[in-house]
Amino acid sequence: MAIKNKKLNLKDKYQYLTRDMAWEPTYQKKEDIYPDEQFEGIKITDWSQWEDPFRLTMDAYWKYQAEKEKKLYAIFDAFAQNNGHQNITDARYVNALKLFLSGVSPLEYAAFQGYARVGRQFSGAGARVACQMQAIDELRHSQTQQHAMSHYNKHFNGLHDAAHQHDRIWFLSVPKSFFDDARSAGPFEFLTAISFSFEYVLTNLLFVPFMSGAAYNGDMATVTFGFSAQSDEARHMTLGLEVIKFILEQHEDNVPIIQRWIDKWFWRGFRLLSLVGMMMDYMLPNKVMSWAEAWEVYYEQNGGALFKDLERYGIRPPKYQDIANDAKNHVSHQAWSTFYQYSQATNFHTWMPEEEEMAWLSEKYPETFDKYYRARFEHWDKEHKEGRRFYNNTLPQLCQVCQIPVIFTEKDDPTVFSHRQIKHEGERYHFCSDGCCDIFKNEPEKYIQAWLPVHQIYQGNCGGADVATVVEKYYHINPGVDNMEYHGSPDHQRWLDIKGLKPLKSQSEKKTAA
Amino acid sequence: MSVNAISEYHAEPKDRVENFNGMQLLYVYWPKHLMFCAPFALLVAPDMTFGAFVDELLKPAVAGHPDSGKADFLNAQWLLNDEAFTPDPAASLIDNGIDHKSMLTVTTSGLEGIQGSAS
Repeated sequence: MAIKNKKLNLKDKYQYLTRDMAWEPTYQKKEDIYPDEQFEGIKITDWSQWEDPFRLTMDAYWKYQAEKEKKLYAIFDAFAQNNGHQNITDARYVNALKLFLSGVSPLEYAAFQGYARVGRQFSGAGARVACQMQAIDELRHSQTQQHAMSHYNKHFNGLHDAAHQHDRIWFLSVPKSFFDDARSAGPFEFLTAISFSFEYVLTNLLFVPFMSGAAYNGDMATVTFGFSAQSDEARHMTLGLEVIKFILEQHEDNVPIIQRWIDKWFWRGFRLLSLVGMMMDYMLPNKVMSWAEAWEVYYEQNGGALFKDLERYGIRPPKYQDIANDAKNHVSHQAWSTFYQYSQATNFHTWMPEEEEMAWLSEKYPETFDKYYRARFEHWDKEHKEGRRFYNNTLPQLCQVCQIPVIFTEKDDPTVFSHRQIKHEGERYHFCSDGCCDIFKNEPEKYIQAWLPVHQIYQGNCGGADVATVVEKYYHINPGVDNMEYHGSPDHQRWLDIKGLKPLKSQSEKKTAA
Repeated sequence: MSVNAISEYHAEPKDRVENFNGMQLLYVYWPKHLMFCAPFALLVAPDMTFGAFVDELLKPAVAGHPDSGKADFLNAQWLLNDEAFTPDPAASLIDNGIDHKSMLTVTTSGLEGIQGSAS
């Protein structure tokens, strides 16, 4: 017996399963149902103009993701069974994973929460569904990243409590406050911040370095996660661009608001990426490309083309872009200097570059490395070899907005710290740049509440009066085991054992031996 | 400008001096010595003398730098919150006009950091 083919084509299916799931309310006013849609001043005249370029429906989404997941976990199992950690280039590489696990994976979780929230707040069904799918993606990424790296936790120190540490460790307030800022904004600012500025403009500078870094350094687990997430990331990037074009096309009054958010979130993203720059130039034993090269390709070239494209909407490139472009030759060295000297309070090890690595830095940074940074590093290296490994025994001044110590230098004079100070309602505030100072001035009430780790320690809110107690009891870092100098650390010793460079120690001494 | 919020929005600064148990914050920047990656954030007693601050806090903070032995901080050029400032070593910090979250910049001319690199 013949039955009529009831299979829908993709377009109809998307229409039925997405747009037609919404309805025009009659019992309640629309603004009562979507109370957060108006207050930011963004005007949407016609939600039906929202284009979802992927037309992905939930049933298809579950199917694709389940297939990917099955393959991913098969590889994780194989990696663990084959002691995949023994095939990495060098145990110094694992410190990049510690940074990722405590600094980036919790952001995936924060993104999940953010998209879950805004996925409720748009009156347009297309936007709601897109946000819900991205929320699930972000949750999966957070989980799969943790699973990808969990194998390393069996063999190396410092990976044991990343979520706890994300909320507490001084430098992790940098990524944490970035997402807290976005999540506490309205739904349209959240999308501009995360979907557009972060996912579209800057995400290649986060993902490519970490995933290529993993590939170049023999870390199959993390590479495989990267491949698994790639199609999601492509979808997020496309959504980011669609979002911004949609908002700009809806009403001309939206243009200045979006411009201010682009300025803000470009700058916040650029500051956050200092951590990635340092990882690329200093933490990868096998280097992919320099941070400056990555910035040139992924921001100056790709970003340049993007902002050219957005010109017709009245959008100009982000304010202070010139400062960010110039800083590509400095930030990784400045950040690594910072982590090197405060390594007694980090959840990973630091070290001075070896001679060939110094030569690579000189070659990649011909204008800056030898002139401003080499003497400092050679001095530290010499001090270490003479038994005086340098640690900074004070705490640093932090920027009120990005929460990074005031480590960056002036564009026109790299020998001078870039520092700004203002008084607001009788209180003094300090900043790393005009970019961060402008963000404060636009919304001072938001940033006067910043939970600055250094100030919180001094107020007595972090479990102890001295750094050693804070690090051990409040941060859950095992001093000298999880952190400080890499050379001579238990991780280093363990690696030499694995590679047979030293006689294998007894079972009882492995992993946590100090 | 002020924050764009869905309802009336009021916020308290988190770092008021009252929250520091009688102490206050002081930031110190030693130009041309960027080996110290950022200005120092120090917790100080407002009635500590300026001389004691230099001896008991500043000198130990910079002790790891090869220039530290040569630095004559009391006879150096000082800025307080970006303005020229002549400290009185015998007077307290607060009587020197150094209030909570003030920034001191101390330039020791002739000292240019490790091998003159401003590090």
